[in-house]
Amino acid sequence: MAEVDDSNKPLFAGLSDVSISEDIPVEGEITVPVGPSSQDDAYSTLDEPVKETILRDLKAVGKKFVHVMYPRKSSALLRDWDLWGPLLLCVTLALMLQGGSADSKEDGGPQFAEVFVIIWFGSVVITLNSKLLGGTISFFQSLCVLGYCILPLTVAMIVCRLVLLGGSGTVSFIVRLVMVVASFSWSTFASTAFLADSQPANRKALVVYPIFLFYFVIGWMILTFSPSS
Amino acid sequence: MAAADDLRFQEFDDAESLLAVNREATTISIEDPGSKSHKPRRVAREKDDDHSLIGDTDSDKTELLAGQKKSAPFWTFEYYQTFFDVETYQVLDRIKGSILPWPGKNFVRLYVRNNPDLYGPFWICATLVFAIAISGNISSFLLCLGRPSHRYVPEFSKVTLAATAIYSYAWLVPLTLWGFLLWRNSRVMNVVSYSFLEIVCVYGYSLFVFIPAAVLWIIPSESVRWLSILVAMCLSGSVLVLTFWPAVRDDHRRIALATVTVIITLHVLLAVGCKEYFFDVQDITDPARSVGNLAGNKTALAAKPQ
Repeated sequence: MAEVDDSNKPLFAGLSDVSISEDIPVEGEITVPVGPSSQDDAYSTLDEPVKETILRDLKAVGKKFVHVMYPRKSSALLRDWDLWGPLLLCVTLALMLQGGSADSKEDGGPQFAEVFVIIWFGSVVITLNSKLLGGTISFFQSLCVLGYCILPLTVAMIVCRLVLLGGSGTVSFIVRLVMVVASFSWSTFASTAFLADSQPANRKALVVYPIFLFYFVIGWMILTFSPSS
Repeated sequence: MAAADDLRFQEFDDAESLLAVNREATTISIEDPGSKSHKPRRVAREKDDDHSLIGDTDSDKTELLAGQKKSAPFWTFEYYQTFFDVETYQVLDRIKGSILPWPGKNFVRLYVRNNPDLYGPFWICATLVFAIAISGNISSFLLCLGRPSHRYVPEFSKVTLAATAIYSYAWLVPLTLWGFLLWRNSRVMNVVSYSFLEIVCVYGYSLFVFIPAAVLWIIPSESVRWLSILVAMCLSGSVLVLTFWPAVRDDHRRIALATVTVIITLHVLLAVGCKEYFFDVQDITDPARSVGNLAGNKTALAAKPQ
């Protein structure tokens, strides 16, 4: 304790040399300078136009999309999790995967409900798995990350459908294969970058493998999609 | 110093001698449910290598350890976390032990070692389900390659069927076997019985060898398929037999042989059933029925408008 006081004394001694009244103006108002005061912020969202509300949420979702496409060590996805993005992606993917089975009931392709159930049930199972293995991430944060990382696969699905419009020969198959493999590895890499830090070091592979299997199955469903001709 | 000795692994009788010398010496007692539970586990491991087949020498310790491990009530999350208390190298070790059965090495005693996990059985079954479905899909696609009348169908409903079959095999058969062993244990006193989770563990890990076999089944050659299925059945069957033979061999001769035969038969049925249902090849020459029972109507429907 004596050493701390000795080192503090020169600091305080130096401060006493500063003439505060000339260098640093300490007068002014203490109230928050922004127009509407902070207490009214919580109520003011009721009065704002609906477009602003929706745009705010859309911007948050869009920002998270950018984080997924360029995975960096950022905690934005984890901190402000939301499930709008995963819902949007899941519905888009399920709708596009289903478009080819208009002619018969048992076409063999996955139905809308099957894709939906696989994505959500698979995410829940993987989240439970990582929590049971001792992960420190919360349930909804993990669902959010897994859902957002389906974005590369959805992009691949759109590209595959466009490629299929031009014909379904061997060339288109190879192009689709390359697209799906690339986006599947991107998804796995992105979600691992977000989720692997929350696991103890000796169990990382145990957590990453189910994620790999999950995106592999989704990639398989995308690759084997064949439209009704 | 007593403090340095306490940090080292010491036998239990040293505690008494320590206390006799110094009343304030810190000693380790076995009733402590905290971090000292590693000690009895280490003692059991040394004995395991000598008596790897027979489990009755450390059966009292297994009871002790079973009581110490799962102390949380079953409605809390921590109770289920104890079933996932494995590390990567342990899971890899167990998988390796299931592929390479060695006579004299009991899978449960050597690898599971009173730490049964649910991670391995669950994810191996999931991988097997998707491996069988995907390989079946690829093999039927390869069969119909170049035939313009046939339209490729992903056959997604087969995944549900495969999942039901494999998960019920991996969970209901261990349940029946566990109940049966418990019943025999009440009749014949020296029959070793495993806990339910250990049996689930053995069955789950023994299914691992079918995953590479399922991938090999893509190759459209009957001899390759039958060879791979035979090898897979021998390996996983021997893991099961080596595990359960010491448990039933003290019983009456007939009952022991019947039990082992039933185990092997169910295993063979699962393997052959999967192969026959998902990879049927008897219709190579017949294009109208080329994809199998489920898709038979669809190919007829697709072929009609042409």
